[in-house]
Amino acid sequence: MIRRSYDIVVVGSGAGGGAVAEELSPLCRQGARIAVLEKGPKLRDEEFTGRELEMAQALYEDGGGFLTAERTMTLAFGCAYGGSTAVYTGTSLLPPQRILERWNVPELAYSDVEQRARKYAAENNVHFLENGLLNENNRLFVDGCRALNYRVQQFPVNLRGCRGSSLCNLGCPNQAKQGTDRVQLPRAEQNGVEVVTRCEALRIGEKTLFARVHEKPAGGKGEPSAWEPGEYQIDAKAIVVCAGAVNSPALLIRSGLARRLPRLGHGFTCHPAIIMVAEHNRPITNFVGHPKSFYLYQFAESDRFLLETCMYFPFTTAKSIAGFGEEHSRFMRAFPRLQMILVLACDQVDAHNRVTIDPLGRPVVHYRFTPEVMRGLVRGAVTSAKIFFAAGAVRVHLPIAQSFTIQRADAGRLDQIAAHPDFKPGKLPISAAHLQGGCAMGRGPADSVTDAYGHVHGIPWLFVADSSLFPDSLEINPYLTIMALADRVAETIRKEAHQLL
Amino acid sequence: MTTLSPVRAVFRAVVCTVAPEAAQLDEEGWRELEALVEVALRGRPAAMLRQLRWFLVAIQWLSVFRYGRPFTALRPDQRARVLSRLQDHPLELIRCGFWGIRTLALLGFYGRAEAVRAIGYAADPRGWSLPR
Repeated sequence: MIRRSYDIVVVGSGAGGGAVAEELSPLCRQGARIAVLEKGPKLRDEEFTGRELEMAQALYEDGGGFLTAERTMTLAFGCAYGGSTAVYTGTSLLPPQRILERWNVPELAYSDVEQRARKYAAENNVHFLENGLLNENNRLFVDGCRALNYRVQQFPVNLRGCRGSSLCNLGCPNQAKQGTDRVQLPRAEQNGVEVVTRCEALRIGEKTLFARVHEKPAGGKGEPSAWEPGEYQIDAKAIVVCAGAVNSPALLIRSGLARRLPRLGHGFTCHPAIIMVAEHNRPITNFVGHPKSFYLYQFAESDRFLLETCMYFPFTTAKSIAGFGEEHSRFMRAFPRLQMILVLACDQVDAHNRVTIDPLGRPVVHYRFTPEVMRGLVRGAVTSAKIFFAAGAVRVHLPIAQSFTIQRADAGRLDQIAAHPDFKPGKLPISAAHLQGGCAMGRGPADSVTDAYGHVHGIPWLFVADSSLFPDSLEINPYLTIMALADRVAETIRKEAHQLL
Repeated sequence: MTTLSPVRAVFRAVVCTVAPEAAQLDEEGWRELEALVEVALRGRPAAMLRQLRWFLVAIQWLSVFRYGRPFTALRPDQRARVLSRLQDHPLELIRCGFWGIRTLALLGFYGRAEAVRAIGYAADPRGWSLPR
């Protein structure tokens, strides 16, 4: 066992860990030693090839196919320098006020979170993409929404020099996306923070953390870790857990904290999503240009779904189209004519849905689709189909229908189909990438894991600063809110530095 | 021994039913497809790999009860009917098992550069600046 010692150890380098690292990094100038431990690798710029399977293997946990315990949904989350900010599309929304008010966390004021989110929006160059850079896949969504009088909105995105590769979810090959891998982590490192990649946090003891540094696999992408492969015991005066909504609760459970924190792992939400595709009778620009420029939020509260433009890669598209055989292949062969919409259900905390660990300590996510989630996905799918047809599509793949292909002539039957959907978990391809909860903020151990500043209840040197803090679903893309909450945690640590360090 | 080697014949028959274009693959194409699947399965729990093989064996022999012949000996339309039953099975466990096999078949098939070219997908890091 190799022993190391730091003042502060941050576990994870995504939206939460990156923000914490940057905000704490001025302490390095006063002599503090800070390390960020990241389980995934750091890739060199030239290693971002945009090739689907190799990038998914390099940048995602389980290659992007992390299965829930029920095996009815896959979860996609980053496992690389920058965490999921290396693989998101950069959509940057401020937290909705109604959601933060519903969370009702004492001392968590909306205005404070909003102000901090705006700080990161400025820091990460969040802006609206100019019209000339919008592709037809996005424009057709706008056309369809407007034809139906829906209030379509443009996503602010955190890009700098976007060339429109459309490969955001495979790691931007042009380094245009301003995630923590491009902004916060390099600044933190400049100020003296050490980032140790390929370092897996195993468990936390009293002011100490046990970790394993993995060797770079033969033929694998990325730089080797700065540390020799092996087992480590890392002493730290403060530990900040930012490993995401699956791995943060799992780490704390492995550390034996579930008994004193009965809510640990509970409250997991994830915006379960289905990918809708439709075929036009002419090629459209879809795999060139930023993939996610518009969204439709007006049904979030009333019908529990959110629509976003999207454009995925061949295998991801193939697995998202339900069914198989010739009907499936026909949509795949139409790729240059495909328009895509992502339907996200606005799920809410459910007693069944939680993170646990298996006998080997690996995270297990239990998730069942509540009737409300199923209704949200069905309504969202049918609304998407209406938008596709209003935009001129000739046929739509409707995975919640008995017969998956709906021709334009049958568009009038959509509401009838919605009334009798064929929603079978395991048949309908569902995935999620907005993973939240598991270490929720709240009043005390009876209802939560941390307070409003990320302090784990009863353990003054242990903090959480990532999406696992959310007491319930955010109902929009979460990364600016994660950064805002992480900023609060970092500020708290700075204020308490004289006691902690 | 790889995960697929004991069940290679039935896996290939399933792939050809899921993605009919796979019937045109030569031996090199199949090797590429199966190598992609093996990489995706690397590091998965041993129990999951056993279940995967078991499910493929079940597909092969349950067809005997319905058609009097194993899955690999069925006509394409009969194979499609067998898989449709699994996809719509009342038991979620069976549907999920099929979903897993289907996903691996699609990963192997559409993970190949040749299949990507064939469907006309041509995303490129140069994005808008690439003459098209």
